[in-house]
Formats: sequence, structure tokens, C-alpha cells
Amino acid sequence: MKKRGNVRKYTRRDQIAGHIFISPFILGFLIFTIVPILSSLYYSFTDYSILKAPKYIGLDNYIYMLTKDPQFYVSLKATLMYAMVSVPLKLMFALMVAMLLKTTSKLTVLYRALYYLPSLVGSTVAIAVVWRTMFISEGLLNSIINRIFGTNIDISWIGNPNTAIWTLILLTVWQYGSSMLIFLSGLKAVPTTLYEAADIDGASPVQQFFRITLPMLTPVLFFNLIMQLINGFMSFTQSYVVTQGEPMNLTMFSAVYIYKTSFSFRRMGYGSAMAWFMLIAVSLITSLLFMSSKYWVFHETDMRSKNGK
Amino acid sequence: MVNRKHFRKVAYHLFCFLLALFMLYPMLWMFFSSFKSSEAIFTTASSLFPSEWVFSNYPEGWKGFGGISFSTFFSNTFYVVILATLGAVVSSSFVAYGFARIRFTGSGFWFACMMLSLMLPFQIVMIPQFLLFNSFGWIGTYLPLIVPFWFGQPFFIFLDVQFIRGLPIDLDESARIDGCGHFRIFMYIILPLIVPALVTGGIFSFIWRWEDFVAPLIYLNKPSKYVISLALKNFSDPSSMSNWGGMFAMSVLSLVPAFVIYIVFQKYLVEGIATSGMKV
Repeated sequence: MKKRGNVRKYTRRDQIAGHIFISPFILGFLIFTIVPILSSLYYSFTDYSILKAPKYIGLDNYIYMLTKDPQFYVSLKATLMYAMVSVPLKLMFALMVAMLLKTTSKLTVLYRALYYLPSLVGSTVAIAVVWRTMFISEGLLNSIINRIFGTNIDISWIGNPNTAIWTLILLTVWQYGSSMLIFLSGLKAVPTTLYEAADIDGASPVQQFFRITLPMLTPVLFFNLIMQLINGFMSFTQSYVVTQGEPMNLTMFSAVYIYKTSFSFRRMGYGSAMAWFMLIAVSLITSLLFMSSKYWVFHETDMRSKNGK
Repeated sequence: MVNRKHFRKVAYHLFCFLLALFMLYPMLWMFFSSFKSSEAIFTTASSLFPSEWVFSNYPEGWKGFGGISFSTFFSNTFYVVILATLGAVVSSSFVAYGFARIRFTGSGFWFACMMLSLMLPFQIVMIPQFLLFNSFGWIGTYLPLIVPFWFGQPFFIFLDVQFIRGLPIDLDESARIDGCGHFRIFMYIILPLIVPALVTGGIFSFIWRWEDFVAPLIYLNKPSKYVISLALKNFSDPSSMSNWGGMFAMSVLSLVPAFVIYIVFQKYLVEGIATSGMKV
């Protein structure tokens, strides 16, 4: 498809039909993605409150964001901490459990189904509300601790600056089930001949894991790491419903801060500037990961799993 | 030797079972708490089962707030979710055929655009999208929650493209020899064959739209128009009320559709996750 010389071979009929078939996507992409992204770049250089027309103010929003807004850094720090801790933990846990459930039997299929349940509902408001009630001072966690140890703890895990973010990290790691299923299907794709050869050579199960299984899974791992990190950086419901930014806006994620700035305080221009900052930050991290991939992602499988594309 | 093997097997299953129990405990707690009285939920939080079963939380919670019951919230949600899902499934399969089976200039470029937009989080475009829909006069209506999904969803396009590429090309060619154009090949040959992919896409779309919170939060401003996620959030605001029993009961009910779909279509869901290698 890449060769320019091929262009002439496409029939006129195919040229027209192809564009007609993908026209919904092209239209949607332009209207709902490209135009909004570009207009938000413009708004980020303006003072815009929706009620009045946007007023061009140059770099003021960015200068304010980087030099005069402590909450911007607080939110950024919380978001980074949350994403950088929860995503690797989640993937590690998913891989461990996937190894545990590698053999297929009636019971392991049942376990997989059960372990997946938190992923199914974990991002709902219902679970977020319940998660909150687990960690408030009179919540589930404290009453279980008190019952087992006969203590009388009544700290609020959500109100405490040291623990609040961990309730959100836990909520994310808890949803490792979908990654586990992805790893399980990746494990199935590893040729058994590799293990047979390793057995003959006398490799231990641990060696087999680090020399065969892990390298063969790196393409899947890589792709998931990127998708989950992007989602982690833009997490909203957890922070908005579970901790509600408590304590003292320490757990107010960037996405929530952007939302509040733009929609509660009606500072659309400033909100756009922060959204653009996040877009650049996320793209940077993603491209760094892509650049690092040649050092740790196994490429032979990479070609195969990409489906000839 | 036999005993040791036996012991290891028991230990393995015991561990797996305990892990499942530990993981599912929050959901079990939520379910059984919905049958406790509002006061007992926290005073007896450490015991899973209610000492006295209370069923009034469900009818009490169903009454909702501000004179609007959960019948409204549920039917609003079904309305939005079904229309958005229908749009996503139909338009994505159409687009996917173009990418998978037709050779034309720019197809690689647009496919790359699609994969990029797959990675673009909604929060990045939410402000300008809001302004766009505001200029259309769509704020407070369901249109922003439905219309964008009728232009193909990257994840589902990707899923369908993978599936179509797995179908033998001979089918298309024999149909072409018989005089079928692309539209008829799509309608009568490809579409019936990709039903499993459509079901998978439909399931994911239904669950994601059902659980969506940010977009409704931005676009819906009247309680009578609220969808379930938004209604639950308002219902649970500490300032407004302390009807914990009703809150737990409605939370349980809000998860029922996802659970039903999971039980009925589990195979499609698991295969969807496995073949696409992703879950967002």
C-alpha cells in the first residue's frame, strides 16, 4: 500500500467506493477530533468564559499555569504518581495471575471469569461510590480491622494525605482482570516448541519465564502499557467521585482540575491551555516509550501480531 | 508422591478461591449492604450478611430525588445507550469494509489517523467539543451523547477490520464476477459473516456507554434528563441526603445490565479482549 507506483493500479471505481465507505470516519475525525483540537489550541491563547467572545492574551494562560498556579502542579503530581504506580502494578499483577491460570480446566475458566468482574464494573459511578464508603472513617476497612484486632481505629483513609491516593491506586490495580485476559491470550500464542527445546536443555521454570515467556509477551505488554498509561493520565471518575479531591485537593487529578476550571469556573481558555499541556505531556511519554521499545520489545512476534499490516 | 501432588492441587485451588473472595468482597459487601437499614450499613459494616433483611431500600431508593424516579433515569440511559451503540456498530462496520477490502489512495493515511485517535483521551477535546455542541444548541439534549458515535468508533473499526481481513477474499471475488459492486458485497457477503465481531462491538459499546460519566456530566443539565451514572452521583452527594440504603440498592441495580450481558455474552467479551489485545 505504501508504494507510490501502485497508485495508478487502483481503479477509479475503488477510489470512489473506498472514500465513500470511510467517509463517516473522515467526517467524524475532522468534526469531532481535528477541529476541536485545533480550536482548543486557539482558545488556549485566549481569555474565554463562554459568555463573552474569546479575547487573545498570548501566552498568559501558559505563564499563569507554569508560574502562578500551585494547584496545577498539585494535580499534575497526583496524576503522575497515580498513573506511574498503578499501571505497572496492575500489569505485574495481571501477568502473575495469568501465569497462575495458564492451564485450562473448568475451575481455571471460572476463576478467570470471576477475576475479570472488577474490570467489568470498576469504572462505574456505583463502584466509585461504594469504594468511597469503604475507606471513610466508619467504612468497611476500619470496621474489619477493628473487628479482627479489637482496635478502635477511626481514621479516614480518604481524608489522610498519605493514604488518599492509594485508595485510588488500589481501585485501579483491582481491575487487573482485563489485562490478565490479554496476557492469557498472549501466552497461548507462544509456540510450545520453545518450551520443549528449553526442557531438553534443562532450563528451570524460572529461566523459561524470563527467557521465553516474558520476551514473547513484550509486544502485548508494550501496547497495554501505552494504552493504560494514557488512560491513567486522563483518569476522571476515580478522583471526582471516590476522593472528591480530598484532602485539600491533593488528589484532584489533572482531568478533574481541567473540568472544574472550564465548567465550574467557566475559564475555558485556561482549561484549554491545561488540556494542551496534558496532550503534549502524554504524547511525549508515549513517544519516549516507543523509542525505548527497540531495547526491550521482542520484534519477531511484533511483526506477526500486527496482522500483516 | 501422590499425596504431595494432591496437596499442591488443593493449595492451588484454595489460593485461587481466596483470591476471588478477596477481590469480589467489595461487590458482595455492596450487594448485601443494600439489604441492611441505612443505619446498620456502617454500624455492622464488618459482617457481610444483614442480621435483619430489609427490602425497603429498593422501593425507597427507586423514588429517586427531586420528584424524579429511577424509572426515568433508567429509561433515559437505555435510550442514549441503545442509539449510540447502534450507531457505533453500523457505522464502524461500514468504515471497516472500506479499510479492509478496498484499495485506494490515502487508505493507509486515514488508517493511521484512526489508530492515533484511538489513543486520544476524551478529556483533551472535551472543552472545544462542548463549545462546538453549544454552538449547535445541543447542550441539555442527548445529541452530543449519540451523534458522534454514528461516525465510526476507532476501537470497533479496528476490531471489524481485523475480522474482515480474516475472511477469505475468494468470496468477494466470486461475488464481483457475478456482478456485485462494493456496496452489495458489503451488505450481502461481508456483513452476515462479521456478525460475531458486531456482537462483540455492540457489547463493549453498550457497557461503555452505560458506564460513561464525564460526557453526561458535561452535557446534561436537567435532572429529568439524567442518565444513571449522573443520577447516582447526585444521589450520593453527602450534602443532599443520607439515604445510604437506597444509594446501595440503586448502585446494585445500575450494575445489573452489565452483569447480565457478561453472563450471557461472556464468550464474545473475552474473545474481544483477547483478539484486539486491548481494553480501554
